[in-house]
Amino acid sequence: MGRIWSLFFLLVPILGTITIVAAPYYDHWLPKDVSAEGYQVDHLFNFILWITGIVFIGTEVALFWFMWKYDAEKNDQPAKYTHGSHHLEIVWTLLPAVTLLFMAIYQMNAWAEHKIKKPQVAPLAEVTARQFEWRIRYPGPDGKFDTPDDIYDVNLLVVPVDEVVLINLRSMDVLHSFFLPNLRVKQDALPGRVIPVWFRAVEQGDYDLVCAELCGWGHYKMKGRLRVVSREEYEAHLQKLSREQEATQ
Amino acid sequence: MSATVAEHGHVERTSSPVLEFLRTYVFSLDHKVIGIQFLFSTLFWLVIGGLLALGIRWQLAWPWTPLPVIGKLLFPAEGGQMPPEFYTMLFTMHASIMIFFVVIPILAGAFGNFLIPLMIGAEDMAFPVLNMLSYWVMWPAFICMIASFFVEGGAAAAGWTAYPPLSAVEAAAPASGAGQTLWLWGVIFVGISSMLGSVNYMTTIIQMRAPGMTLFRMPMTIWGMFITAILQAFALPVLTAALFMLVLDRTLGTGFFVPEGVIINNAQAGAGGGQPLLWQHLFWFYSHPAVYIMILPAMGMVSDIVSTFSRKPLFGYKPMVFAIAGIAGLGFIVWGHHMFMSGMNPYLGLTFMLSTIMIALPSAVKTFNWLATIWGGRIQFTAAMLFALGFVSMFIIGGLSGIFMAATPVDIMIHDTYYIVAHFHYVLFGGTMLAVFGGIHYWFPKMFGRMMNEFWGKVHFVLTFIFLNGVFYPMHLVGAAGFPRRLADPYHYEAFAHLLPINQFMTISAILLGLSQLIFFGNLFYSLFWGPRVGRNPWKANSLEWSAPSPPGHGNFDFQPIVYRGPYEYSSPEVDEDYYPQVQPPPEKAKVAEQPAD
Ligand code: HEM
Ligand SMILES: [Cu+2]
Ligand SMILES: [Cu+2]
Repeated sequence: MGRIWSLFFLLVPILGTITIVAAPYYDHWLPKDVSAEGYQVDHLFNFILWITGIVFIGTEVALFWFMWKYDAEKNDQPAKYTHGSHHLEIVWTLLPAVTLLFMAIYQMNAWAEHKIKKPQVAPLAEVTARQFEWRIRYPGPDGKFDTPDDIYDVNLLVVPVDEVVLINLRSMDVLHSFFLPNLRVKQDALPGRVIPVWFRAVEQGDYDLVCAELCGWGHYKMKGRLRVVSREEYEAHLQKLSREQEATQ
Repeated sequence: MSATVAEHGHVERTSSPVLEFLRTYVFSLDHKVIGIQFLFSTLFWLVIGGLLALGIRWQLAWPWTPLPVIGKLLFPAEGGQMPPEFYTMLFTMHASIMIFFVVIPILAGAFGNFLIPLMIGAEDMAFPVLNMLSYWVMWPAFICMIASFFVEGGAAAAGWTAYPPLSAVEAAAPASGAGQTLWLWGVIFVGISSMLGSVNYMTTIIQMRAPGMTLFRMPMTIWGMFITAILQAFALPVLTAALFMLVLDRTLGTGFFVPEGVIINNAQAGAGGGQPLLWQHLFWFYSHPAVYIMILPAMGMVSDIVSTFSRKPLFGYKPMVFAIAGIAGLGFIVWGHHMFMSGMNPYLGLTFMLSTIMIALPSAVKTFNWLATIWGGRIQFTAAMLFALGFVSMFIIGGLSGIFMAATPVDIMIHDTYYIVAHFHYVLFGGTMLAVFGGIHYWFPKMFGRMMNEFWGKVHFVLTFIFLNGVFYPMHLVGAAGFPRRLADPYHYEAFAHLLPINQFMTISAILLGLSQLIFFGNLFYSLFWGPRVGRNPWKANSLEWSAPSPPGHGNFDFQPIVYRGPYEYSSPEVDEDYYPQVQPPPEKAKVAEQPAD
């Protein structure tokens, strides 16, 4: 029976690896990235995937092999009477320690790009989350918020392609999270705080804006859209919004 | 064996048989009875928590489709279809019950209680009355949780993490008025229970070890329980304070966690002046150590089982102890990894990233030592051993996925997605729950003096192992695709619509996983009454509990246990047999062996 059990455990690395290798081909993996900086996230993900993948296969296969080889029914050797090995302990402490430390340092820059090095541009829009919608406000022609020419919209954020976009993220009520899966952007919105979020979209199109922090019963339907368009279309869109707004006032 | 019956009569015969029954089996002071009470209560909650999980899975596979059978009963107004606020209650209560009523109390309350005195050679716990109370304060907690389903608006719906303002301001969650407050009280009571247990375990382990039982002769299970008790003692006060602050915010209108200017339904809500992030810091300062509270005892149990059934000493005993201590110590400075996206200062994120990455190290060391323990052994594939090996196999996955999330830039993508859900189910179900099943198979003979059925135990193992991977492995994939957790219907997002079929696969696996547990419960209850009787040491194991009668009577040992060596002396050249119990005198003293034969 021990043989069968070990083969049963061998299924874990085999099926586990096949699944991960196949997943991207079925689009059950990191979604398409349309941002300038998102590749850093994906690169790091894949880098960690390689390292952990090797460890995963190595340890799971070792588990299988030891189960196979040291099955009491098949193995006529006596059990090894050993309490451990200093050398081995040192090796398998230091080796992962160095690898992990390297990983930690290696990723710091990507984090800084995404969350620390705030770009020196004027905010393009203010996004205020509330149960259960995204309120968008553009500063209007004067480039300033809280002036009469501010332009308002709901659930649709339009941004120009190939430009660094800075958003001021707020919340009116509870926590929400501003999640753009195709741009590798996620940031919680906090009431009472203005949090900067930035990205640069490199491909025109419509993308999901997802609320990723539980905000109440309607959390699931707190859906917005990010529309990436050319500079001209962007400006035309703002003018159209502005005209509509004046018409209703 | 007849000694047992006599010893149960230890309870003073001053009163009626009814009172005596109550004292022996209900308000018992005996750590074994209390442990078994914890065991059955937590298994009961496991069933409830599991049913809630199936509710979640139903909605994710067939959104808005009427629930079969119970739908019409529960939601007559909606034609049997689950309303979204009910979905939020489902995942909130599923997690709360599994964490606070199953995993934590089954390890510390059930196994800790039963095993600590037996494994260190004590008669009972240091404070039997506190011990009894630690079980009985679980009942107010149970009642709060059950009652919350029936109050107006229903149960808590702000997630097990209960982030304010959602959890603090009633207007923010009309679906949960009194329910959220009851939830807070329930968790406070669980905390009291854990604290009563914690002081008791620490004192017992420090003070009541049998002669010769030095700290470094204690089995890993005891080390796991000991360090868990220390973690509880340091972390729980912080959670309790935070829970009380939230209760005050909800009931007396204080403003610890609600900032100025929260507008709900066009009206100012909450007292203002508080900080939502403060809650997150306090909550995770407890709840990160709590994830280790939920696994360190399981790691200890696995170490014991693996060594016993490899017939080989545990590889690297001291490194294993230091690894547990290291995990516990580092565990206090990593809580911020749950808050990378929270709006906390991003520089702080970097330091938490560093500590979190380093905490993977002791976990790796433990895994290597388990592998090295079975290397060169003579493995006996009992049901308990299979579960323990299953733990190792699954913990590898859960530990490795942790590294992805520890990497802050990667966490941008996967935070609050199903990737996280995959991670913690691999460590908690694949890890802790498998260890619990293994532990039940392993110690059942000691608890009840009967064997569980090995064949059905293995069938249960195979099915559980297959279906748990069927449920949780694909969560890595959909998580990487950004599939968010806690959404009643994610499929109306363009990015997630194509993930419906794989979710249906997961749900079918979950249903089968649930059904497989019937085998376990059948085996458990059948064996309780009709399992074959066993002697003291059916597994030929070394640690002290195996030299006590099965089941041990009141006072545990029918001789004074004296400990001569560590618990892992399997295949020692000093003796002919392949085991060498901790109480067996060394050969030169063997003539005066005093351990009674069974
Ligand atoms: C190798 C060691 C581990 C590392 C590096 C690690 C890392 C992490 C990180 C970074 C998160 C937060 C992810 C996020 O929300 O974005 C997390 C979440 C979590 N981890 Fe781990 N973890 C490890 C081991 C464990 C263990 C042993 C357990 C439990 C027994 C555990 C249970 C959890 C739970 C329950 C959550 C999710 C809490 C929630 O948001 O509801 N982890 N882990
Ligand atoms: Cu939301
Ligand atoms: Cu954590």
